[in-house]
Amino acid sequence: MSDAIAIAGHALREAVRRRVLLVVTLLTAVFLGLFALAAFEAFDSLEQTGGIIPVDERALAGGTLLGLAMFVALFLGVVLAVFLTLDAVRGHAERGLLQPLVVRPVGRTTLLIGRLLAACAVCVPYVVIVFLLAVLITQAAGDFTPSSYFVPAAGLALGVVTVVAISLLGSTVLGTTANGIAVFMVFGTGLAAGLLGQIGDGLKVDALITASSIISWIVPFEALYQNGLHALTSDIGGAAGVIVQLGPFGGASSVGAAIWPYAVAWSAAVMALAALAFGRRDL
Amino acid sequence: MTAAALSARGLSKRYGKTAALDAVDLEVGAGELVGLLGPNGAGKSTLVKIACGLVRPTAGEAQVAGAAAGSRVARASTGYLAELFRFPSWAKADEVLALHQRLARSDGGPAEREALLARVGLSGEGGRRMETMSKGMQQRLGIAQALIGSPRLVLLDEPTSALDPGGRRTVRDLLVELREQGVGVLLNSHLLSEIELVCDRVVIIDGGRVVTEGRPQDLTAPGGVEVETSDGVRRLPDARREDVPRIVRELVDGGAEVYGVRVVTGSLEDAYLAAVVGRD
Repeated sequence: MSDAIAIAGHALREAVRRRVLLVVTLLTAVFLGLFALAAFEAFDSLEQTGGIIPVDERALAGGTLLGLAMFVALFLGVVLAVFLTLDAVRGHAERGLLQPLVVRPVGRTTLLIGRLLAACAVCVPYVVIVFLLAVLITQAAGDFTPSSYFVPAAGLALGVVTVVAISLLGSTVLGTTANGIAVFMVFGTGLAAGLLGQIGDGLKVDALITASSIISWIVPFEALYQNGLHALTSDIGGAAGVIVQLGPFGGASSVGAAIWPYAVAWSAAVMALAALAFGRRDL
Repeated sequence: MTAAALSARGLSKRYGKTAALDAVDLEVGAGELVGLLGPNGAGKSTLVKIACGLVRPTAGEAQVAGAAAGSRVARASTGYLAELFRFPSWAKADEVLALHQRLARSDGGPAEREALLARVGLSGEGGRRMETMSKGMQQRLGIAQALIGSPRLVLLDEPTSALDPGGRRTVRDLLVELREQGVGVLLNSHLLSEIELVCDRVVIIDGGRVVTEGRPQDLTAPGGVEVETSDGVRRLPDARREDVPRIVRELVDGGAEVYGVRVVTGSLEDAYLAAVVGRD
């Protein structure tokens, strides 16, 4: 484990020296500023109009804004996860950076675990902090409290871990650009499946709902995201509850407690595949 | 009995239908400097990569200090400088060495890092980032990195390709030091003069097979005797060193004035070309 931590420290130092963390922090601050502006404006507008549609507009605005915050936190976390790992194996091997490390008495699996730890050490706190700051902003702007903090935050955290695992697996077989494209397409497919499920739910088309459900378990970041969205607004009742559960950022759906151990096992299995592929690879 | 630094038996590697190595036998003893020569694509780098565990052989076996090549024990006894050597541009020289110390489980600390930097002519450069170092400096650092943890086998793939003549001299001196310390070195290089100067033994491979091997002086064929007389320079291609007194005596007896005699020996380049081009 000490070797994995050494590799992780090396990768983290790279992220700092290459100013990845600085750029991410600055751009995230811009996003949160815009989010705060939107939140305060939205709730101010509600207070001025006094409500023009027969639903709980405060809950609708709060739920929608936090749904947006969850979506953006996941998206930015995935971008971070992919760019921190997309060249971990083949990309680094092609540039001659990997071979001197592999020759050391460190297992290739340890090298992969080190890269996993480094990416997770950045991405997991990132998505959790961005989400919780958005919650605080929404509370300050409109006194809106989500139904749950923990489930959405944990879902985001585990969701980016699954994406890190996918990206590391891809890096063992694909070049840098191809891997980046592949992981974003997988991510896009997951999100599209969520939207399809949302459409199926609205139109009551069982085939779409089933397809969406299957895909969200194949790529569990989507199931975790749907689960988090559901937990975020599960206490909102009436028409506002129906609207925010359908959500503009993918359908909210409670997928059950099994998603947690499943996503952990899924990530472990993907990492095991990555270790197998890396172990068999000539460098 | 001390195990050989590197021992390969029947080593083969195929990439699809292409045989990169074909039943290669090779041994590098403790304290022995072995030069590995061959044209591009001969299989030299593949052999080196199998020895350090980057590539798995299709058949045969290789051992480093008695342990299967590629195993954790073997890798702990191996130092390696890749032909395509790269270190992260953002890292400082000292950080690169410190990471390798940790992974190699070397407890040498800063003293070892400073000593290694001094050994490759980079004293006081530990705080420099890779992006500010010339390619030659990075190659020197690569050699220092390969020596971390006092390996029993050092595999150097084109270690002087980016070095100026001064740097090459430093590496030659370093190789001699390694020999004195009992470290086995496999030196893969196209610079025949370097190999001829320092190596105890030379192995020439072509098409994945060992085509010839031996001590440099044994591989270089005699090239005759040149005699400078009042009539000009005469070359006697079949004459040997032992023939010189007789040749001079006959010339003087014949009335010629002899100004100089030179025993001509073939170079390693001649031997290499005879072994490689002669096969084409």
